[in-house]
Amino acid sequence: MSSIQNPVLEISGLSVALPAGGDRQFAVQGLDLSIGAGHTVCVVGESGSGKSVLATTVMGLLSKNLKADTGSVKLMGEELLGAPESRLRALRGLRMGMVFQEPMTALNPVMRCGDQVDELLREHTDWPARERRARILEVFEQVRLPDPARIYASYPHQLSGGQRQRIVIAMAVIMKPNLLICDEPTTALDVTTQKEILKLIADLHRSQGCAVLFITHDMGVVEEIADRVVVMLGGRCVEQGTCAQVLRAPREAYTRDLLAAVPDMTPPRPSAEPSGEALLRATGVGKAYVSHDWLGRRREVAALQDAALSVRAGETIGVVGESGSGKSTFARCLARLIDPTAGQIHWGAYPVQSLRERALRPLRSNVQVVFQDPNRSLNPRLRIVDSLVEGAVNFGVPRAQALRRAEELMTLVRLPVAGLTRYPSEFSGGQRQRLAIARAIACSPRVLVADEAVSALDVSVQAEILKLLREVQARLGLGIVFITHDLRVAAQLCRQVVVMHRGRIVEQGLTAEVYARPQHDYTRTLLAAAPGWHAAAAIQS
Amino acid sequence: MSPVLRKLLRHPSVSLSCAVLMVLLVIALGAPWLHTIDPAAMDYMNVNQPPGTHAVVTLADGRDQARTYLLGTDTYGRDIYSRIVFGTRVSLMVGMVCAVMSLCLGSLLGMLAGYFRIADALLMRIMDGLMAIPAILLAITLVAVLGASLPTVIVAIAIPEVPRVTRLVRSLVLTLRDEPFVEAARSLATPTPVILLRHILPNAIAPLIVQGTFIAASAVLTEAVLSFLGLGLPPEVATWGNVMADGRVNFSEQPGHVLYPVLLLVPAVLAINLLGDGLRDVLDPKFNRRKG
Repeated sequence: MSSIQNPVLEISGLSVALPAGGDRQFAVQGLDLSIGAGHTVCVVGESGSGKSVLATTVMGLLSKNLKADTGSVKLMGEELLGAPESRLRALRGLRMGMVFQEPMTALNPVMRCGDQVDELLREHTDWPARERRARILEVFEQVRLPDPARIYASYPHQLSGGQRQRIVIAMAVIMKPNLLICDEPTTALDVTTQKEILKLIADLHRSQGCAVLFITHDMGVVEEIADRVVVMLGGRCVEQGTCAQVLRAPREAYTRDLLAAVPDMTPPRPSAEPSGEALLRATGVGKAYVSHDWLGRRREVAALQDAALSVRAGETIGVVGESGSGKSTFARCLARLIDPTAGQIHWGAYPVQSLRERALRPLRSNVQVVFQDPNRSLNPRLRIVDSLVEGAVNFGVPRAQALRRAEELMTLVRLPVAGLTRYPSEFSGGQRQRLAIARAIACSPRVLVADEAVSALDVSVQAEILKLLREVQARLGLGIVFITHDLRVAAQLCRQVVVMHRGRIVEQGLTAEVYARPQHDYTRTLLAAAPGWHAAAAIQS
Repeated sequence: MSPVLRKLLRHPSVSLSCAVLMVLLVIALGAPWLHTIDPAAMDYMNVNQPPGTHAVVTLADGRDQARTYLLGTDTYGRDIYSRIVFGTRVSLMVGMVCAVMSLCLGSLLGMLAGYFRIADALLMRIMDGLMAIPAILLAITLVAVLGASLPTVIVAIAIPEVPRVTRLVRSLVLTLRDEPFVEAARSLATPTPVILLRHILPNAIAPLIVQGTFIAASAVLTEAVLSFLGLGLPPEVATWGNVMADGRVNFSEQPGHVLYPVLLLVPAVLAINLLGDGLRDVLDPKFNRRKG
């Protein structure tokens, strides 16, 4: 690392202590890192590896119960640790800019976007109003926002996720900082938007010559953007090197694990076509939300139109699409958590699309759902055992038998049986997702609807959950409807995929065929935008 | 649960207010043994006495006893000290029962309104109507119609609090009903009442406890106000409000008679409010984040 002359950011021997009682002593321990002007350093690691703590330490925004113990953080040769708050505040706008993960929470919802950027300029410059406005419009142009004058006067909720992230980036770069810190800036965005934002960051960094500290958990993103890569595990740097070296010839076992866990874009050879009748069959399903304005005028928003799908035992069907494509609505219709407004859903030969809750109850055990957010899919006030036996008890199984079944399930999802008496908060995200799967299969369903079941998880955990789903499927002969925005995950699990766009199915077919010869333009865009397309191929070779 | 409990007890305003409330509870429960006499016993020989007056009083069983009126006597010659000590019982009881009652009723209505669309429109309009009537006016009307007694006063104070609790619970239910764990319970064919009681209510309990403490505090105050206005409990019942009401007659000579009950009323209300603040700090995750 000593090769870099006049580094923009130089971190040496940085340790940040965690408060007593944490799972480890240091959030970040003995970290060395330096970034030269015009370079991008990616910090990769799973959640809890300390990468975000690193970013907030550099920004001087550490939470009050964390404290940088030892080491130094130098920005353009100026020590940041222990610098007074006023100096840090000045530096934060001028010398370093930050882009956060969630653009909606990074912006003030009741302030116009332009005014928010203007506030920053007023703080750091003494330019007159007209000049500030001109500069803001110029920057909006630079981050490729359409119609800058309109965006200037818009509130955050009137913009799309990608546009909001562009505003945040505009705020970060408007003062032409020397260092741009990006903390998972594309994690909350769709793949196509992610692609654009990554390109924008790369362009800005080229034109402004700033150094970029880019934090991500996604190896695919690393491949797209990084010059150097720092791999973190448990607060320590396990490996660092150039992008090519780390991705192509990783030295450490952990880096290899991380790379191996990245799902591969090429789908495995399609398995034999499952035989038998369709368990769950949907045809022409639609869902429209009707609202009335204050004059009583009817307004109808179609979230889902003419969706069809049928799933047989032992088969996995992927439903892929970006946010707002109606895939979750479809999932909820299939599980009859919401009432479809059009079309038919058949369970075997039995139409269920308009059954009332009471009549539906006996059929409920057949279709179960696994949700995206592991933190919210288990009742935080119920012990695990109570969550697991709930379904079985509802279907009339005696409690003692349900308890025995719960113990079996814990073994099946590879969690200790002793965990039954604990509360969800005592488990990690991946473990909770295992519990959610255990609960879903507790009353022996025939079809599992997994709604973004692995999207909130780290890649290595994701790989484990996918493995678990495959095992459970093989053992119980489940039909799985797997909803995801991640084409790579879909490729790994699904024999067939359905591509959704704006509430409609635009393409469907065998995964291998759709990926190899996409027919619809949107499918092509989606495939091209998937990060790490090349990385995966490179690792393969 | 125990880490939460430990955190609660370490919180300064929670521990302070709990201590104050414990003292009040001891006073209320131990009233007969705290050097008191029958709070309704009248001594016509010693009317409107200043604090510290020595006298011989005749007890209920006919025995005579030398006694010092620590805080003096009121216009009927009743021992103000005893009346205040016994009044603690009424105040704490009114506070607690009102809070529990309005929470139970409000939670029930709020859950119905939040979970069932049809109930929502109807119930919330009724609640809006109730909220439009000033609480004290509603209480006065109820007492006038039902007659002055402890249950009436409790009902009269609890009813105006119900719409607020209903609104709170409704909004909590509206956010909780779309939580994945509730959807998961629905897809497991869990009957709706069980969903409400097992999955929704326990997750709404923290803000409810906080709201409950504020209701209790305002109930204690309202009861005192109603009694002071002569609209609460009958004047012979020992309550802080009644003591103040009686002291008002003689305010120019013995201003203390109005002020002594306040020495308990203020700490009581303050402690309950502080308890609510502390509970909110600890139970509401929003207050746990870093300050910026």
